[in-house]
Amino acid sequence: MLTLECPYCGVKADETELAPGYEAHLKRFGPGSSPEEFEAYMFARKNPKGVHFERWRHAYGCGKWFLAARCTATLEVFGTYPAQVSEPPADIIKKIQARRPEWKSGWQPDGKGTK
Amino acid sequence: MKRYSVFAIAREALRYHSGWEKAWRSPEPKAQYDAIVVGAGGHGLATAYYLGKNHGITNVAIIEKGWLGGGNTGRNTTIIRSNYLQDSSAAIYEKARSLYETMSQDLNYNVMFSPRGVMMLAQTHHEVRGYLRTAHANALQGIATEFITPQRVKELCPILNIDGPRYPVLGALWQPRGGTGRHDAVAWGYARACSAMGMDIIQNCEVKGVRSENGQVTGVDTTKGFIGTKKLGMVVAGHSGQLAEMAGFRLPIEAVALQALVSEPIKPCMDVVVMANTVHGYMSQSDKGEMVIGGGTDGFNNYTQRGSFHHIEETLRALVETFPIISRLKMLRQWGGIVDMTGDRSPIISKTPLGNCFINCGWGTGGFKAIPGSGWAMAELMAKGEPGPLAEAFNMWRFKEGQFIDESVAAGVAH
Ligand SMILES: Cc1cc2nc3c(=O)[nH]c(=O)nc-3n(C[C@H](O)[C@H](O)[C@H](O)COP(=O)(O)OP(=O)(O)OC[C@H]3O[C@@H](n4cnc5c(N)ncnc54)[C@H](O)[C@@H]3O)c2cc1C
Ligand SMILES: [Zn+2]
Repeated sequence: MLTLECPYCGVKADETELAPGYEAHLKRFGPGSSPEEFEAYMFARKNPKGVHFERWRHAYGCGKWFLAARCTATLEVFGTYPAQVSEPPADIIKKIQARRPEWKSGWQPDGKGTK
Repeated sequence: MKRYSVFAIAREALRYHSGWEKAWRSPEPKAQYDAIVVGAGGHGLATAYYLGKNHGITNVAIIEKGWLGGGNTGRNTTIIRSNYLQDSSAAIYEKARSLYETMSQDLNYNVMFSPRGVMMLAQTHHEVRGYLRTAHANALQGIATEFITPQRVKELCPILNIDGPRYPVLGALWQPRGGTGRHDAVAWGYARACSAMGMDIIQNCEVKGVRSENGQVTGVDTTKGFIGTKKLGMVVAGHSGQLAEMAGFRLPIEAVALQALVSEPIKPCMDVVVMANTVHGYMSQSDKGEMVIGGGTDGFNNYTQRGSFHHIEETLRALVETFPIISRLKMLRQWGGIVDMTGDRSPIISKTPLGNCFINCGWGTGGFKAIPGSGWAMAELMAKGEPGPLAEAFNMWRFKEGQFIDESVAAGVAH
């Protein structure tokens, strides 16, 4: 059972209280973009086995979207943070590095830094 | 390979069963193969089998990180049906279903295919319209399905409550030649046949990297060292994103957990498969008497093969409503598998950005039923380098073109 703390209202919400939103920090492409960019934004996913950044909504609470850093291989939660950012905050990165020294920050939407 | 037969059983009975040979060899990898298939689940093994049987390519290794059939193939609820809406889906699933009919004879291995009939309940007017449409589509595709009345539903499955207060049964889509099979036996049967053709099944060997030169794969790095190959097929279900990353591309796939459970065994009480998509659960009875039960996927990326408990509760709540007699049954075992969900809920059988590298994935919650058809199509793709008619529509570039094969509406529940 997954428990995430909502960074807005501070509630430690059980997953039945939350709505999942999958990969976070996607760079949006709209009209005028190339088919490749639009496909990458709509469909191509990192789907990593390990550290992952995700969108979640506190659906049965305050209703707000927030972001979470989680390990998909162990279900460990590194932390949550408000959604009004385009990259994970430094303190979250630090927490992840403390737990996963081998992890290389790979959150960029273009995949740079994943290897 | 010594054939299994009634005479073999009689012969072995007379000599204390001392003469049975191992079903497959467990060799060390050679330095180089004509083709490597990564993943010894049903789809990978079937791919290798039809590479040999249909295309005469037998210098093949199947590389598996765990034990063969230990992935989703050994974790599924074994529903086999082909009543899909879109033509390209119907074609490959029906090819698979028809191959299941003769698989035991073909492989000389009893896969216990049981065409007992699959019933998909319509419990809302929307579902009635949807299934009527599917029944008409199936008629055009030459797939025998029929929309049946609630009374017929009750005759076929007397333990079903058709007058539930929330969602009374309004009819059902009925495929009489759908059913179930023995999942492990499908993997074991293909493995035995592959080994007999001289192929190497290498278990406990994880692929860690894909080597390429000038856009062509040269081999794979594994926990047993580098193994060279002329062609590579990736058939790893939930781990497809990982393999794709090793080969340098991305897929429209998320890996999530799907769970199933079985009850204590009881006397035979239902001889069809029932799927209730509105309330979200499905059930059949195994030959041992256990009720085999499945429900929905979790909504987040997960590689742990463990699902969330509340889904089990939701599934059982739905099924107790549908089958009141199970309300006091004890559940014996529950488990999870990591399923590979694509954007349009249809699989990928495709060339990749690397010339001699091919991928078969995205079967998600419903690929057991497809194993023989998928292996058939993937073998053709690997042997010829171009997809045949069965695989063509399932290329991974359909997402860029907007050519989706949308089955998410037709298949509202995980199966
Ligand atoms: C609970 C549950 C219920 C289901 N119910 C049904 C159903 O009723 N009907 C139906 O049709 N389908 C059902 N499915 C779906 C079905 O099980 C799958 O679609 C199908 O089994 C996929 O087969 P596969 O061979 O592609 O994958 P798998 O059987 O998962 O095989 C992939 C193999 O690849 C191996 N592998 C992964 N990474 C590596 C690596 N790096 N190196 C080497 N090997 C690797 C894995 O260990 C695994 O053995 C269900 C699935 C689940 C989880
Ligand atoms: Zn909140």
